[in-house]
Amino acid sequence: MTLNSKIPAGPLATKWTDYKDHVRLVNPANKRNIDVIIVGTGLAGASAAATLAELGYNVKAFCFQDSPRRAHSIAAQGGINAAKNYKNDGDSVFRLFYDTIKGGDYRAREANVHRLAEVSASIIDQCVAQGVPFAREYGGLLDNRSFGGVQVQRTFYAAGQTGQQLLLGAYSALNRQISLGKVKMYNRHEMMDVVQVNGKARGIIARNLITGEIERHSGHAVLLASGGYGNVFFLSTNAMGSNVTAAWKAHKKGAYFGNPCFTQIHPTCIPVSGDHQSKLTLMSESLRNDGRIWVPAKMEDAEAIRQGQKRGNDIPEADRDYYLERRYPSFGNLVPRDVASRAAKERCDAGFGVNNTGQAVFLDYASAIMRYGKIEANRLNMSDATDAKIREMGKAVVKEKYGNLFDMYMQITGDNPYETPMKIYPAVHYTMGGLWVDYNLMTTIEGCYALGEANFSDHGANRLGASALMQGLADGYFVIPYTIGEYLADDIRTGAISTDSAEFAEAENAVRERLNFFISNNGSKSVDHFHRRLGKIMWDKCGMARNAEGLAQAITEIQALRKEFWKDVKVPGDQNEFNPELEKAGRVADFLELGELMCRDALNRNESCGGHFREEYQTEEGEALRDDANFAYVAAWEFKGEDAEPTLHKEELVFENVKLTQRSYK
Amino acid sequence: MNLTLKVWRQKNSKEKGQFESYPAKDISPDMSFLEMLDVVNEQIIENGKEPIAFDHDCREGICGMCSLHINGRAHGPLHGVTTCQLHMRSFSDGEEVTIEPWRANAFPVVKDLAVDRSAFDRIQHAGGYVSVNTGAARDANEILVPKQDADEAFSAATCIGCGACVAACKNSSAMLFVGAKVSQYALLPQGQPERERRVVAMVNQMDAEGFGACTNTGACAAECPKEIPLSVIARLNREFLRASLIGK
Repeated sequence: MTLNSKIPAGPLATKWTDYKDHVRLVNPANKRNIDVIIVGTGLAGASAAATLAELGYNVKAFCFQDSPRRAHSIAAQGGINAAKNYKNDGDSVFRLFYDTIKGGDYRAREANVHRLAEVSASIIDQCVAQGVPFAREYGGLLDNRSFGGVQVQRTFYAAGQTGQQLLLGAYSALNRQISLGKVKMYNRHEMMDVVQVNGKARGIIARNLITGEIERHSGHAVLLASGGYGNVFFLSTNAMGSNVTAAWKAHKKGAYFGNPCFTQIHPTCIPVSGDHQSKLTLMSESLRNDGRIWVPAKMEDAEAIRQGQKRGNDIPEADRDYYLERRYPSFGNLVPRDVASRAAKERCDAGFGVNNTGQAVFLDYASAIMRYGKIEANRLNMSDATDAKIREMGKAVVKEKYGNLFDMYMQITGDNPYETPMKIYPAVHYTMGGLWVDYNLMTTIEGCYALGEANFSDHGANRLGASALMQGLADGYFVIPYTIGEYLADDIRTGAISTDSAEFAEAENAVRERLNFFISNNGSKSVDHFHRRLGKIMWDKCGMARNAEGLAQAITEIQALRKEFWKDVKVPGDQNEFNPELEKAGRVADFLELGELMCRDALNRNESCGGHFREEYQTEEGEALRDDANFAYVAAWEFKGEDAEPTLHKEELVFENVKLTQRSYK
Repeated sequence: MNLTLKVWRQKNSKEKGQFESYPAKDISPDMSFLEMLDVVNEQIIENGKEPIAFDHDCREGICGMCSLHINGRAHGPLHGVTTCQLHMRSFSDGEEVTIEPWRANAFPVVKDLAVDRSAFDRIQHAGGYVSVNTGAARDANEILVPKQDADEAFSAATCIGCGACVAACKNSSAMLFVGAKVSQYALLPQGQPERERRVVAMVNQMDAEGFGACTNTGACAAECPKEIPLSVIARLNREFLRASLIGK
């Protein structure tokens, strides 16, 4: 099958408008006879479910959590981008488009990204109308802040809980449709497989997580809005339940997987504290606005800190290495996420890491506290203020700006960041890769769509801050409601899809067989045991830096681990009850397959771009070295069987509106 | 450090439950409370028994999925912290820790420490929204909202829907939860057209779900991990009275 991205013809700026002018419509009476299944209720899923129901479709929505409001979009902190130009600082649809393409290191599709920028403004209008309490200025207008990688202020926010407020907005729209009977909500349900009838996605098999019941659900289209796959690394900033299962099942049934190796490692997270660690916590990117990042310049100091003989405050100024300021004088501590993460790893690998594991760097607020304190002293005409008084006033300013983050840090580490530098380290945060989709957001399975983080489409090889929320809501509120009509217009005479067909029976049996296997397997090791080992392989060999030798080893190691898992995994309890271990077993089984594909993709991409850094391909200064002549394509992988090698399909990326340049932050 | 856990075990909503004791050995003070439970569960699985079921997801204090009554307090001994953000350095070596699910008629036990909080969803279905279809919105800056109102609405909207307020209340009242949602919309211009209908519908649903009445004890606000203030209950009462007087 050749890939057809179905990008509309015509100039970039009018593609989407022309598309909407000519896309096929389904009349309201016919929409009532069409059922749509949506898996996942984060920003993409909840907004799609609410909007499609408003249009008149019958929606069935599924989430594994106990309420749709708990999807992991809720944890996003910083903000949401939109080309409103409320600041009159030169922002425009084109600039948002350009920043996103460049930030993604030229590995995203122009037409999709431009559409994203076009609909971004409507997202803010919609959210405000829903009662989302964005931050405002004293005059009553919406406030904006700046974020990494751009030169305008276009980020709308609600303190450090923007994702929560946007999700609760989408959840409220969803609730309205639930109360009107247009959405049937299935909480605590997990999608176990996609069902295809005559090549089209026509339903899913789901498991009721409370009773263990296996259910058949049919629909005319299936939308996967099931999020990213960062938990393949075991430790990530994702929620414990975030998983790849829905996307992976679709992949195994024929949906190509796009750019699986593109993962984002976020530079400012709280470091691992020990083997018991279950997840990692992000500290907002905004902390890099005022904090300075450093490690000791002398190896003996680093060793003394690791052994607990010295603390960060004991190191004199002259013996500190502010390595980001040293390497990137013009951007300093505000370089993009991928650059900051790699620089931290480089210092720690060289032996300068500062906690007991050697995997941490300092994020220091001492100078910011003094700077703010002096401004306060000037403001209050206190020319004779002592250093202690200045420090006290500076702390109060920092508390007002970052108090909730400092509290969170104190809670988790037991250290007081007002007195001693914070320790941070990069952690897996987001996956740019995902199911390959065309301009309509349809996967290579007819009638099966992927939205939000679950698809590959808009962020290329690196996502900019505050763009994930934008994409999730764009897909759900403003893209899929149009593009799905193009497909469903053919289904107005189909009638309800029966779940009694052989296809449903076959899919259900396969699901049951697998669950029974887990319950009856006489293994000796817990699911987490295997998940941890997989995570270690992925982090060591397919993490922040990769090389051909390590990736080849990782593939062999994952294959061996997978065999061991199927032989020796132990799942307690029963199928017909609430059984979290059984849920985890299915998810980890899929991660064990995905991990191998990620390594294959990373091995195939003989270049460095964005979050994908191949050690063999770097400039003399250690920066990422792209190869546009050979790798300006989307790698779309086709599943060929559990023990067969996947087939690579290439979608060449055509850049007609931007010039490809080397990103430089020196 | 070593602790003894006294944990509520209950197979499902129909069967009776009982406390069982488990040793928690070699616990690091840097572990979160839920990581401590992970370690204990790993041990239980190795011994061929069924692990303790509990709800959790984001483990960074925002999804509202984790619960747990720890030593008689919702989300444990600290103020303004969810169970997932509670760390073992808040406990001492040799301590006995009692862990129970939320206790409320409206939150039936699913299994062990996990409860069914769908009553909260149904209260929101009744009116926790502004009726606006996608695409119909005017420009976001067309309606001005005073900063103070926006900030106050935001502070009410930070409720994570965990249910600690109900668990902490001797009457199992959901007034803090409902008050937070009603306050958010009552404070914003977008919430005005449905203001009266909303509060009446949500309060009626709250009563139908079997939540108790409020007797102004304030345990809900004291135990709320997001520090939602008691004033949202005062506003809820005002809004309800206002709607009754207007007769909508």
